[in-house]
Amino acid sequence: MADVIAVRRTMQMRRVRSGVSVFLTALCAGSAAAALLLILGYVVHAGIASIGLPFLTQVPHPVGIPGGGVANAIVGTGITVAISVVMATPLGVLTGVYLAIYGRGAAASSIRFLSDVLAGVPSIAIGLFAYVVLVAPFKHFSAISGAFAFAVLMLPVIIRTTEEAIRSVPIAIREGALALGLPIYATTLRVVIPAARAAIITGLLLSIARVTGETAPLLFTAFGSQFWEFNPANPMAQLPLQIFNYAISPYPEWHQQAWGGALILIVVVLFLNILARAALRSRASR
Amino acid sequence: MPISADVFTATARGKRSGEGPSKVQLSVRSLSAHYGKRLAIRNVSLDFKPRTVTALIGPSGCGKTTLLRCLNRIHEVTRGASVSGVVELEGQDIYAPGVDPVAVRRRVGMVFQRPNPFPTMSILDNVVAGLRLVGECRSRGEKLEVAERTLRLAALWDEVKDKLDRSGLSLSGGQQQRLCIARALATEPEVLLMDEPASALDPISTAKIEDLMSTLAERYTIIVVTHNMQQAARVSQETAFMLAGEDGVGELVEFGPTTELFTRPKDRRTEDYITGRFG
Ligand SMILES: Nc1ncnc2c1ncn2[C@@H]1O[C@H](COP(=O)(O)OP(=O)(O)O)[C@@H](O)[C@H]1O
Ligand SMILES: [Mg+2]
Repeated sequence: MADVIAVRRTMQMRRVRSGVSVFLTALCAGSAAAALLLILGYVVHAGIASIGLPFLTQVPHPVGIPGGGVANAIVGTGITVAISVVMATPLGVLTGVYLAIYGRGAAASSIRFLSDVLAGVPSIAIGLFAYVVLVAPFKHFSAISGAFAFAVLMLPVIIRTTEEAIRSVPIAIREGALALGLPIYATTLRVVIPAARAAIITGLLLSIARVTGETAPLLFTAFGSQFWEFNPANPMAQLPLQIFNYAISPYPEWHQQAWGGALILIVVVLFLNILARAALRSRASR
Repeated sequence: MPISADVFTATARGKRSGEGPSKVQLSVRSLSAHYGKRLAIRNVSLDFKPRTVTALIGPSGCGKTTLLRCLNRIHEVTRGASVSGVVELEGQDIYAPGVDPVAVRRRVGMVFQRPNPFPTMSILDNVVAGLRLVGECRSRGEKLEVAERTLRLAALWDEVKDKLDRSGLSLSGGQQQRLCIARALATEPEVLLMDEPASALDPISTAKIEDLMSTLAERYTIIVVTHNMQQAARVSQETAFMLAGEDGVGELVEFGPTTELFTRPKDRRTEDYITGRFG
């Protein structure tokens, strides 16, 4: 009898404890979500008024002249990110594949270590590096140098996600290819990498999302511009830089423009994240 | 008599159960295989006859899969795995220095326990993968020709001929396994290794795969791992019985014509196993 009561009491204690912990986790998750929604909501609230056809199709106007937009900055960011993708993808994907397949030796360990270190370097330091390598020698700011900084930022993300993607391809698939008498290169390039494609693309999209909002590495590389510029060898307008310039200005109408730019940036990054998730889901459902 | 009536009739259905061809296709001499430091099979010697189905039976963990994987040099793909001994394919040692494992695997095809079609490829591309990915069989016409021939051999053609461009994963498990058989046949191997090819399948698919083995034995040397003795009796002309010793290392206990091994086992352990006294 006493035993039964004791058991009942521990059961009750357990129920209370689990109830409390569920409540606390829910509270934490709730406040995190609330903070996020608050920020999003505020950016939408403050930025939506700027969004319109002129804002999306015009270049910035000089101080005092109302209107103007961020069209050149959107295009500039697009061009710069595109160049960085072209620079970082082959190297990052091949390194990730190498690490996944031959990843036991000392060479692989040091590459992995360097990549992890690189992931932790502040982006402004990488901007400085790009400045030293690609700006100072030519005495000329350029979108290319900004793209280079972006590429360095993207590399560790691409390497890590590619390595994981390749590793997650079942051994049975790799062995199936080898058992057909396919050489290692054909097995890797034509069977294993395609099988990991969706996860690799997801990593790429996430790395793009990561750099798209970066401002610091652009300060002394792409530099920014008030005009249309399509030549990557020249300084080029960038959305985050434009937001920065508008935001630190003393003019309320420019502050308004900064919020509009921030809204566009957030929407783009959000879209990239959703796309990344969709790519992953399409693999899961196949 | 350690044998049931249905095993008898089943064996009688097999071809050439009495007189097998005497030539040797694949000869295994003193083969041992390690996973790292762990010895998995020890000192296995046996001969596989051409155009014959040989069954490898034995309890789980006795090294059947390991032995099979040594025959096409896929064992060494496992990290730390190693092999010693000799495996002669038509008189040539596949482990001799300078022999390219890729060349060996084209002559010795393999079907795995779980169907493993390539997930990003269509049915057609799966079948011709072994050729296409090394630059052979480029045009659609060539692909279709190879696909029809091998899919017919694998008894899958009628079921997939109208959807060759669909993903290989859209097929049922049994169809996927027959797709993998067709894929293995496309490179025209001489030997086909099958590792419990029906263990993940339903009874109807299992029956189809078993029928298939008999047909394929008209052209190929087939070595099939199974832990199902009825299946071994139904499909094979020769049977090898393996068992892990007290130290956990797999050894060949008995090898001979299937009928003999099941009706007059020479070794006490074989008799215990086939009468279900252990395993
Ligand atoms: N990849 C591996 N690494 C280490 N040991 C293994 C590996 N594969 C199999 N083994 C061991 O080798 C022995 C034989 O295994 P296996 O050939 O798979 O037996 P079977 O196919 O007869 O069930 C088992 O003891 C198993 O634990
Ligand atoms: Mg096995």
